[in-house]
Amino acid sequence: MKILVCISHVPDTTTKIQFEADGSALNKQGVSFVINPYCEYGLSRAIGFREEGKTVSITVLTVGGKEVEATLRKALAIGADDAVRIDAHPSDSAFVAKQIADYADGKDFDLIFTGKESIDFNGGMVPGMLAEHLGMAFVSFATHMEMTGDSTADLKREVDGGVEVLSVNLPAVISCQKGISEWRIPNMRGIMAARKKPLATVAPSEMGEVIPTVKMSYPPAKGETKYFEPDNAKELVTALVDKGLI
Amino acid sequence: MSVLLFAENSNGSFKKPVFEAATYAYDLAQAMGTDVAAVSVGQVSEEELASLGTYGVSKVYNVSSDKLNDFVNTAYAAAVTAVANQIGAKAVVMAQTYNGRAISPRVAVKLDAAPISGAISLVDPANGFDAIRMAYSGKGVQEFKANTDKVVVAVKTNGYKVEENPTTAAVENFDFSAKDKDLDTVVKEIVRASEGISLTEAENVVSAGRGMKGPENWGMIEELAGLIGAATASSKPVADMDWRPHHEHVGQTGIQIAPNLYIAIGISGAIQHLAGVSSSKNIVVINKDPEAPFFKIADYGIVGDLFDVVPQIIEAVKASKATA
Ligand SMILES: Cc1cc2nc3c(=O)[nH]c(=O)nc-3n(C[C@H](O)[C@H](O)[C@H](O)COP(=O)(O)OP(=O)(O)OC[C@H]3O[C@@H](n4cnc5c(N)ncnc54)[C@H](O)[C@@H]3O)c2cc1C
Ligand SMILES: Nc1ncnc2c1ncn2[C@@H]1O[C@H](COP(=O)(O)O)[C@@H](O)[C@H]1O
Repeated sequence: MKILVCISHVPDTTTKIQFEADGSALNKQGVSFVINPYCEYGLSRAIGFREEGKTVSITVLTVGGKEVEATLRKALAIGADDAVRIDAHPSDSAFVAKQIADYADGKDFDLIFTGKESIDFNGGMVPGMLAEHLGMAFVSFATHMEMTGDSTADLKREVDGGVEVLSVNLPAVISCQKGISEWRIPNMRGIMAARKKPLATVAPSEMGEVIPTVKMSYPPAKGETKYFEPDNAKELVTALVDKGLI
Repeated sequence: MSVLLFAENSNGSFKKPVFEAATYAYDLAQAMGTDVAAVSVGQVSEEELASLGTYGVSKVYNVSSDKLNDFVNTAYAAAVTAVANQIGAKAVVMAQTYNGRAISPRVAVKLDAAPISGAISLVDPANGFDAIRMAYSGKGVQEFKANTDKVVVAVKTNGYKVEENPTTAAVENFDFSAKDKDLDTVVKEIVRASEGISLTEAENVVSAGRGMKGPENWGMIEELAGLIGAATASSKPVADMDWRPHHEHVGQTGIQIAPNLYIAIGISGAIQHLAGVSSSKNIVVINKDPEAPFFKIADYGIVGDLFDVVPQIIEAVKASKATA
């Protein structure tokens, strides 16, 4: 099975977010970046197929500048076989989806794993656009996946108010969330091996931004917290009732 | 007509996220000087379809065929696109439900439109569909524009108001037959989560964390939630320890919600937790530690022992209901 895992490179949730003074973009200084946690579920599920005894090749791919290579190396350390960096600024989801599609087109991937969304903008649009560009089936919000034949799989996906059980013929794009696998921590051997694994840089296809950022800013500051005494909790209820909240 | 609403049905009826999207579509149509048409796919009664008129939809295209009873994103996206093309829609609007998020990107590619997700404010049609959305776990706001003449907008659940703009909706069957190759996934079964209010759609949420000490203490959380018509939620460790079911876990790795009222009980307010709840409009925090980070984003706070405070709240809610 030939598997592509799309990985986005995002600021760790715990880092302080600051924008350039002109509001054009994130100020990356001092920000620690990680593999988007949802993409890690996809990578981990792919490695799971290998552990189940299937013959798989796992390519990880990121659209981004040179700085994303550390993230790709980490994915290699976790267990991917090779990495590809499409050398372009990932300006927006339509741009990224088209870049990945142009790369994947004609390469006969059986499975493309993505995260359900990137935790920077929580857009969640890349996987479905990618599926559409490639004319592939798309299973979103997957919480479980099992192969049932050489090119058929059963999955579970989250839907509003429940879980949908479905089957799909490969090739398919699968967007992953919690449940489909457990995260893996790279071991020393993986980290050593990752240094020698291939990491190719690919030129982007020619296209402009589709949804450019006009400005980044900070959310309005939260107002003061109104405190109530712990032995007088009924005043809180009065306040909530007065505001029409309950 | 140039604004098209995709009205997703749940078991034959429309729910609040669709009304939010309908209100959004109506406001956008007003700004563009046009009307709202809707498309429904699946089995929905004529009466239910016509009820969309309440929210300002003046025409409903009904796509129904046996092949489309179950949700298949490829075929549904093709149906929505067919209607959009026929009416020359400049904007397609839908609720950002799980299914909405599966088809909106496909429709965007088919229409050569910009995909806009997480919409919480109206795009400005006179200015490149300029709009804002939250970014970086609530720590930033992104203003963006579309370099296209069409957009597909997914409206965040609880992200836009519901307003009635009553009109008469004419219902028309739309002839569409799904191609076999577009029926590319087969739904075998849908397992409904337990009764109760769906967490993503809930107006009010009562959420509790490790401060609860153990699953045996959740009775008062459920009681409070029941009294104020709230859904229950939890922090991640609580789900990981199996104190509560996983589908209740909110946060960066769980569900992201934006209810009108979020009551956090015995939750410290770690940044990964806040990433899923910071868009809540009113936040109440009950924690015995005055330094708990959650207080930084609280509208209302009580520093105290939850085992003392929550029973008092329950009593006060009961008393206020009794007098109301
Ligand atoms: C990659 C990653 C992703 C994560 N994703 C999520 C996520 O999606 N959602 C999530 O919730 N967490 C997530 N976490 C975990 C997160 O960092 C915190 O560990 C977690 O949110 C803490 O849960 P808690 O507040 O219930 O527990 P604690 O941090 O232990 O807090 C318990 C709180 O209860 C208070 N308390 C104790 N006893 C009482 C009492 N009697 N009365 C009143 N207050 C009391 C304490 O003062 C304390 O503030 C993630 C972590 C990582 C690393
Ligand atoms: N720059 C990128 N490079 C590679 N994959 C990406 C990139 N951005 C997004 N993706 C993939 O698309 C998924 C959803 O991202 P998004 O649509 O940006 O929320 C991510 O989890 C990744 O799998």
